[in-house]
Amino acid sequence: MSFLTINNLWKSYGDVQVLERINLSVEQGEFVSMVGASGCGKSTFLNMLLGKEQATRGQILLEGNMLKQEPDEERGIVFQRYSVFPHLNVLQNVMIADEFTEAKILGWVLGSKRKLIKEKALAFIDAVGLTPALKKYPHELSGGMQQRLAIAQALMKAPKILLLDEPFGALDPGIRADMHQLIRDIWKKNKLTIFMVTHDIKEGFELGSRLWVFDKVRHDPHAPNMYGARVTYDLALNTGGQSADINNIVAEINQHEKNK
Amino acid sequence: MKRLMNIEPSPVVKVFLTMLPFVIAVVVYWLASEARLSENPNDKLLPSFTQIAAAVERYAFVENKRTGEYLFWQDSAASLWRIGLGIGISACVGLVVGMLNGLLPMVRAGLSPFITILSLIPPMAILPILFITFGLDELAKVMLIIIGTAPVIMRDMQSQVTQLPREQLIKAQTLGASTWLVAIRVVLPQILPRLLASVRLTLGAAWLFLIAAEAIAAQEGLGYRIFLVRRYMSMDVILPYVIWITSLAFAMDFSLKKLSMLCFPWFHQGEAK
Repeated sequence: MSFLTINNLWKSYGDVQVLERINLSVEQGEFVSMVGASGCGKSTFLNMLLGKEQATRGQILLEGNMLKQEPDEERGIVFQRYSVFPHLNVLQNVMIADEFTEAKILGWVLGSKRKLIKEKALAFIDAVGLTPALKKYPHELSGGMQQRLAIAQALMKAPKILLLDEPFGALDPGIRADMHQLIRDIWKKNKLTIFMVTHDIKEGFELGSRLWVFDKVRHDPHAPNMYGARVTYDLALNTGGQSADINNIVAEINQHEKNK
Repeated sequence: MKRLMNIEPSPVVKVFLTMLPFVIAVVVYWLASEARLSENPNDKLLPSFTQIAAAVERYAFVENKRTGEYLFWQDSAASLWRIGLGIGISACVGLVVGMLNGLLPMVRAGLSPFITILSLIPPMAILPILFITFGLDELAKVMLIIIGTAPVIMRDMQSQVTQLPREQLIKAQTLGASTWLVAIRVVLPQILPRLLASVRLTLGAAWLFLIAAEAIAAQEGLGYRIFLVRRYMSMDVILPYVIWITSLAFAMDFSLKKLSMLCFPWFHQGEAK
């Protein structure tokens, strides 16, 4: 059995069909990049993986079990913005991840337990390169550093799957390249299973081990909401590699988006 | 020549401009008072500064012959106790109800419309009901302040909680937080500075309700005294009392602001100085 199985998944909002007939399976350790035109349902799909939204029909199985219908520790998330807590400094932002589970009533941990959590947090902060900014608050950090912090938070819980919702969309190109390197290292080192939504098709190719392109197969010009999107391309990528046909596919997808 | 909207005053000019309206107000009062008093030395409408000083002396620094108390300080203490208690209870109730409403859809569905309607009842209109139910003593006055300010704070807190980015709340859940932990570790610390801001804004209304309640039924209090001496047209007492109330209100507002900046520096970054 696969690590994550998606069985005949449908999603609609009232009359608007967003996704239809999605059947896919993902193995542990894969890095799936999801691309597609805006409004194609890739974010909806990510939200269903997260548990924020529920499928209209079909199901998603993680290790054979139905996904919980609300966000939980099994699934980590990094949003494009606002995923860190503005009232806590870097260290507190990461430590809170374990305080949530260690101190169910008070929300604060003291003594030797706290020391252990601190050590663990420091290790992850170091892994994302934020050690010099330990005592800084999020508003004192750049956009890239805030995303590093959000990643460190998520890593604390060793999630079975890590979801990235356009995590680098708001960053400068130079910083984005650094972040790509960071996420690739973290993925390999921690053997994570990652799902990433991105607008940037190049980014999708560069980062993932697998690429999904969301698009509508059926089109009714008189009822544009009649049919939902499906995964039209499911490509295995050799990470970091750039082959000739990748550029062709990029061109093709771009062309397709323009035609809409 | 720069545009008018781009010309900033230098620090010296700024202090001068700040002081100017106060100085003008005092001078205008002084001139008017002089003019009236020179025509009729017994005029009560615009007392001279010496008369006002004498009244302050009499109320604040000479003990009452009958009771041995200093009226001014007694009034101040009574009023401050009432407004402090009233706004304190309002803030606590507002915080708790606002957080429940903002965070729990089930509570919000049941309570939010009710509170909206409740907050639209003019508190002064139900003051007689308060006097009838709670009697004429302290409780009714404090209740008026609570009824006047708590629903506003509740609604404000609810809206502040719902305005927190959803991403944060979801993130907390993916880190394993229960509803309770999200409430006390994510929502509460972020909502406290907003509570202080809300209290600052409702202080004006709280003073209004306090003085109104004291004017109608009290044995002491700043509002009570003003309305009492009105019968003798004692402007020399009313004026310093009004200035004193204004100073108290300013001091409360200022200290709440400083407290917020001290305790929640992350909240005040990027604010216009």
